[in-house]
Amino acid sequence: MAELEAVIGLEVHAQLLTSSKMFCGCRAEYLGLPPNSNTCPTCLGLPGALPVINGRAVEMTIRTALALGCRIPEFSKFDRKNYFYPDLPKGYQISQYDLPLSLGGHLEFEVDGDRRSCGITRVHLEEDAGTLHHAGEIHTSKFSLVDLNRAGVPLMEIVGEPDLRSPNEAPHYLRALRQLLLHLGVNDGNMEQGSLRCDANISLRPRGRRELGVKVEVKNMNSFRSLEAALEFEVRRQTAVIESGGLVHQETRGWSEVEQATVSQRSKEEAQDYRYFPEPDLPPLRVSRELVERLRAGLPEPPLRLRDRLTYQHQLGLEQAALISERPQDAFYFEAMVAAGAPPRPAANWQLGPLQALCKDAKLDIEHSPVPAGELAELVRMVEAGEVSGTSGREVLVEAFATGRSPVNLIKERGLTQVSDVAQMEAWVDATIRQLPKAAADFQAGNDRALGPLVGAVRKASGGVANPDLASRLLRERLGRGGG
Amino acid sequence: MSLLDLSISELGRRLRAREFSSVELAEEALGRAEALDGSLGAFLRTTPELALEQARAADQRLAEEADPPALCGIPIGHKDVLCTAGVETTAGSRILEGFRPPYDATVVARLARDGAVVVGKMNCDEFAMGSSNENSAFQPTVNPWDAGRVPGGSSGGSAAAVAARLAVATLGTDTGGSVRLPASFCGVVGVKPSYGRVSRYGVIAFASSLDQVGPMAKTVEDAQLVLSSIAGPDGRDSTSSPAPLGDLAQALQEGVRGLRLGIPREYLEAGLEGGVRAVFESACRGLEAEGAELVEVSLPSTEFALAAYYVIAPAEVSSNLSRMDGVRFGPGEPAAPSLLEAYELARNRGFGPEVRRRVALGTFVLSSGYYDAYYLRAQKVRTLVANDFSRVFEKVDALISPTAPTPAFRLGERTQDPLAMYATDALTLPANLAGISGLSVPAGFTSGLPVGLQVLGPYLGEAVCLKVGAAVERAADIWHRIPAGFDG
Repeated sequence: MAELEAVIGLEVHAQLLTSSKMFCGCRAEYLGLPPNSNTCPTCLGLPGALPVINGRAVEMTIRTALALGCRIPEFSKFDRKNYFYPDLPKGYQISQYDLPLSLGGHLEFEVDGDRRSCGITRVHLEEDAGTLHHAGEIHTSKFSLVDLNRAGVPLMEIVGEPDLRSPNEAPHYLRALRQLLLHLGVNDGNMEQGSLRCDANISLRPRGRRELGVKVEVKNMNSFRSLEAALEFEVRRQTAVIESGGLVHQETRGWSEVEQATVSQRSKEEAQDYRYFPEPDLPPLRVSRELVERLRAGLPEPPLRLRDRLTYQHQLGLEQAALISERPQDAFYFEAMVAAGAPPRPAANWQLGPLQALCKDAKLDIEHSPVPAGELAELVRMVEAGEVSGTSGREVLVEAFATGRSPVNLIKERGLTQVSDVAQMEAWVDATIRQLPKAAADFQAGNDRALGPLVGAVRKASGGVANPDLASRLLRERLGRGGG
Repeated sequence: MSLLDLSISELGRRLRAREFSSVELAEEALGRAEALDGSLGAFLRTTPELALEQARAADQRLAEEADPPALCGIPIGHKDVLCTAGVETTAGSRILEGFRPPYDATVVARLARDGAVVVGKMNCDEFAMGSSNENSAFQPTVNPWDAGRVPGGSSGGSAAAVAARLAVATLGTDTGGSVRLPASFCGVVGVKPSYGRVSRYGVIAFASSLDQVGPMAKTVEDAQLVLSSIAGPDGRDSTSSPAPLGDLAQALQEGVRGLRLGIPREYLEAGLEGGVRAVFESACRGLEAEGAELVEVSLPSTEFALAAYYVIAPAEVSSNLSRMDGVRFGPGEPAAPSLLEAYELARNRGFGPEVRRRVALGTFVLSSGYYDAYYLRAQKVRTLVANDFSRVFEKVDALISPTAPTPAFRLGERTQDPLAMYATDALTLPANLAGISGLSVPAGFTSGLPVGLQVLGPYLGEAVCLKVGAAVERAADIWHRIPAGFDG
């Protein structure tokens, strides 16, 4: 039997970071609020209430589509997708069917340094449903409680072409898409809380064959890891079915984290007929060319291009560049430091090391860091110039972060500026050698471990301001260990 | 003689002159409803507390304001598909029993803004689906001119209440003729504004692309005053037209001299009763006497309109009514063995037979594999119907026809034959498909039953409709006639 090949396409739902919901004035932020408190007649689906389109959500969708290289037709419309479920208060979801906001783009991503591209079928706009709450598992709970705080939150759907060929590609595709959404500022990328969700379609076929096999839709994967695990499971399951001479059934399956397996949810025969038809409560949407060009002009640099630029323009390593370009606010902070005169690689190290740790502990985003990029840049420059020791620099950063004071002022106030004046240093070095003759002799005799205490003593003699690198060089020279 | 026999402008003059107060006027309306509505069935509920509160506020405005709105202190009624904050709103359906909307429909809010006094919620066919008011889940309304006959539907309660002088004016909704038909059957004026002229926000939807709210009143001028209050752009309804309303009162001052009025040949063909034809022809002579030029025109797609309507309207119904699923609305069934059965139980108990029929019809025409054959084709017919109107309005200023082929029919006469019932709207529903303006105005009587004349104007052509309607009203001179038993 010919070797089997997987054909995978992802459908990603991303909640948009608008301030209000898709079709009403309620806040789009819904987490942590008392049940059904963030609602109005429209998102409750009360009889008589009508939707009004959120223009910001339309713009965010168009920006995303443009960043994915999609075409934006001038004419678009909303449709009703009809089905019954308790979290869907109107009995239909306002979505887009045959005339979406955008069509035909692609997403570039990398798998272990290897550049790939995946087609994007379309990006369209719809509304989120409410949430249901149960006592324990849904099947044993005596009740279902409906919370409509989330109902009507703008939801962008990004439909990918079935261009992926292995489960391993899927999380890389999704990471790249997530990163793009973060850079566009349209989604917060939180898969655990469900503001970014991913479904997958997967089928198998003999390698080399053009026709597609029977596809299975897999849902419920709320991490990159579970996405890959679910697809790997499906490849194994479908391979076993085919190799034992069976037929794969078209169905929807859900990924169970507990069982580490996909479980059948709905067969093709049970599939819903959504009875799509044009939403009569909303006029068709005309997207002007001026709007499209204005939005195109405001697009940020694509994340992969930004990463590459960081490597050649600022000589960052690929990994460092990838970390800095992961989120737009990191890249922004970094470039602000460089612009303020910080040497790029050390700046990246300070940002990704001590500053990120401080931000994490304080649960602060870097854009709200109490130490602005310009001030950290000056601190990094001083450390690199040897004007202050790395140790002092880190201590000052901690204090500046906690108090909001300027690191440079703290250094001056504490007199932490390192002395690198050779004449002054030589005086301290000579005094130290006189003070610690045994250590000096040991080092002179080749015992490297004696150097540490000697440098420490020079620093002590200087009141902590002696440049330790210069101190150790002078000690070597004085004790006949120079040049080696 | 009752105060409710008076026109709005006359009531306004007397209210301003302190001949009586708005509270007294409201009490008279409520008293008449109490005394006379038992056999008529026009009200689903009266709202005395709300009415007296609003009437007191109106009296204060009448005393304090230099130029209070024309509707200030005038008792009105709302068809029960219009959401009224805190007042039970059922759309004539069991499934919405007990529903007290937390908000006012835009039209309700605008009338309240202008000082109108709400005396009650008017009976109607369930979710406005019907032509006789017999589909109300709660009670039939009867025709004030003949208690053995229907008042027309679906805004039958609104029409009957105005005819019987239980309210000075009311609001109805017109999806295929639901304002114009009962206006014709009950001998009152009913306006169907152009689609988008009046906000649908807070109007419990029947068919969203066809529904319009319209006033029902004794005179064309009264209807114009109510229309001027409720019409105009509304940011809460994306389908509302941004076009300014213009001065409709001015239109009433202008005669029909020099207007070209078209008579659609096809509207006089389908089973027109002799008495209706006679009234219509007499009204035509009256219009000619006032200086209008009458010409015969053709609307060739008319014969397909009814079929297209009964595809499009049910399709939208099947979706609009999905929210009535027993979760929030309707008799929920916690003990149902499955979610599907819970839905079935709630909807079977909550909806009447006509509503269930249309939901089934609409679900079918939208289902996969049938969409193109039904819904898409019906939309094409809709375009043809609209094109017919556009074409004739290049040649004529307005169209006139009977509102319905017959006067009010007997209770029960068509309930067993849905197709006969549907045909009642044959002359009115094309205007809804095209989204144009229209009205029905009393033109005469046949065998003691009122007969309405329909005026259709172009899109946003309310002014010309009112102009022609007023001329018909002047020539017929019957608006002050009151049905026997309600003239005390």
